[in-house]
Amino acid sequence: MMGTILQSRLLPPPPPIKLSHSSLLFSPSQQHSRSNLKFTSKSSPSTITMASIKVHGVPMSTATMRVLAALYEKELEFELIPVDMRAGAHKQEPFLSLNPFGQIPALQDGDLTLFESRAITEYIADEYSEKGEKLMCPGCNKVKALTKVWLNVEGQQFDPIASKIAFERVFKGMFGMTTDPAAVQDLEGKLVRVLDIYEARLSKSEFLACDCFTLADLPVIHYLMGTDSKALFESRPKVCEWVKKITARPAWAKVVDLQKQ
Amino acid sequence: MASIKVFGHATTTSTRRVLLTLHEKNLDYELVNVELKDGEHKKEPFLSRNPFGQVPAFEDGDLKLFESRAITQYIAHRYEDQGTNLLPADSKNIAHYATMSIGMEVEAHQFDPAASKLAWEQLFKHIYGLTTDQAVVAEEEAKLAKVLDVYEARLKEFKYLAGETFTLTDLHHIPVIQYLLGTPTKKLFTERPRVNEWVAEITKRPASQKILQ
Repeated sequence: MMGTILQSRLLPPPPPIKLSHSSLLFSPSQQHSRSNLKFTSKSSPSTITMASIKVHGVPMSTATMRVLAALYEKELEFELIPVDMRAGAHKQEPFLSLNPFGQIPALQDGDLTLFESRAITEYIADEYSEKGEKLMCPGCNKVKALTKVWLNVEGQQFDPIASKIAFERVFKGMFGMTTDPAAVQDLEGKLVRVLDIYEARLSKSEFLACDCFTLADLPVIHYLMGTDSKALFESRPKVCEWVKKITARPAWAKVVDLQKQ
Repeated sequence: MASIKVFGHATTTSTRRVLLTLHEKNLDYELVNVELKDGEHKKEPFLSRNPFGQVPAFEDGDLKLFESRAITQYIAHRYEDQGTNLLPADSKNIAHYATMSIGMEVEAHQFDPAASKLAWEQLFKHIYGLTTDQAVVAEEEAKLAKVLDVYEARLKEFKYLAGETFTLTDLHHIPVIQYLLGTPTKKLFTERPRVNEWVAEITKRPASQKILQ
C-alpha cells in the first residue's frame, strides 16, 4: 500500500553516486539509463563478476530495501538499476513488462523475472539457501511454517499501519503536504496493539519466527525510527532490543548506506 | 480423532481459505466454531492461538499456526503427496515456486483488500443492519478492475494464475470471489472473458462447492 502511494508522487532523481572502492562500478546516467550500480558485498577488488541478479528499484523505497537487505544478508552480487519514478518510468514500458502492477522493485535472476518484494525475498532465501545467512527457520516443514506465519503478520498486520505512519510523518513533508495529526494518532493506536503482541512474542523467542534472524525480521521499520513514533518501539523492552539487533546487522548498514549516496 | 483442528467460523473468507485447502487434500479435520458475534476471537483462550484475535487458528498435532495463507502453505507442503497438488507441478523448481509466491502476494496485497471491502459493503454490512456506501463501492471497484485487467492479460498466456496448473495462488481467491458473485461486482469478472472462464473453473471444483454447504 505504501508503495502505491509513494510511487504516484514525484521523487527527486537518484543523485550521482561517488564510490571510492574499486570493486564498485558506476557509469553516469544517460539517455538510455545506463546508470547501473554494481555492488558486491565482498571487499576484495578481485571479485568483480557479471551480476546475474538485477534489482530494479530505488533505495528510498521500503519494498526495495527489503530486497536489498536480503541480498546483502546472503552476500550476493547484484546490480541496482534505478527506476526514474519522477518520470513515471514504473508505470510504463519497459518496466511494466517486469511488473504489470507498475510497482518497484522487480528482480531479474538470469531469465527469471520476479516482483512483489516478499515473494522475491522468499525466492532469495530458497534459491541461495546455502549462501550467507539463513533467512528461514532451519528444519522441517513444521518449523518453516512459523516463518510464514510471521511473514504474513509483517505483511498483513504490521506493514499496512507502519507504511501509513511513515507516509504521514516522513513522505508527506517531502512532497510539501502536511501531516494529519488525527490520522497519526489513530494509526499509532493500532500500531501499539501490534507492538504489544510483538513484545509478548519476543519474550519467548529471540526473533519473531524462531531463535534465528529470518525474513520476518527484515528491518523495514527504518523510517519510523527517525520520527516520534520511535518512542512506541523504545518503550517496549523486548521490541527495543529486537530493533537494536536487527538494525545493527552489517547487511542493514549497507542498505542504509545506499540511501545516503 | 483428527489431529488437524481449525478454530474459526465457516462463513469467513479466511477460514474458508483453510477449509478449501483441507478439502482439496482430502484431509480429515475438526472445525471448532469460534463465536464471532460473542467476541470469542478477542478473548482467551482464542488469543493464545492467535494474539491478533482473528480467525482462523490451526493445529496439527502439536504445531500451532495462524494467518490463513501461512496455514495453507504449510498444508500444501506437509501433505504434498496427498490429494490435489497445490504447489507448482515441479515443486522443487524454485523459480516456479517464486512465480506462485508472486501470485500469492498479489492476491494478499492487491486483490484481497479491494475485494474484501466490496464484500463487506455489499453483503456483510446488511447482516449488521448497516447501509452500503456506494462511493466506497465505486472506488474499490475501480481498484479491483485494474487488478483484473492484469489478470486478464496473464490468463491469456496461462490457464491459471501461476501457470498451467491450479495452485494455492488460485485457491486463495476463491472464498471472496464466491461472495462477490452474489453482488453487482460480479460484472467485473463476467466482462473479462479469460477472468470469467477462470472464475467458473475454480468455483466449480468439488472442494469449492463443499465449503458453501
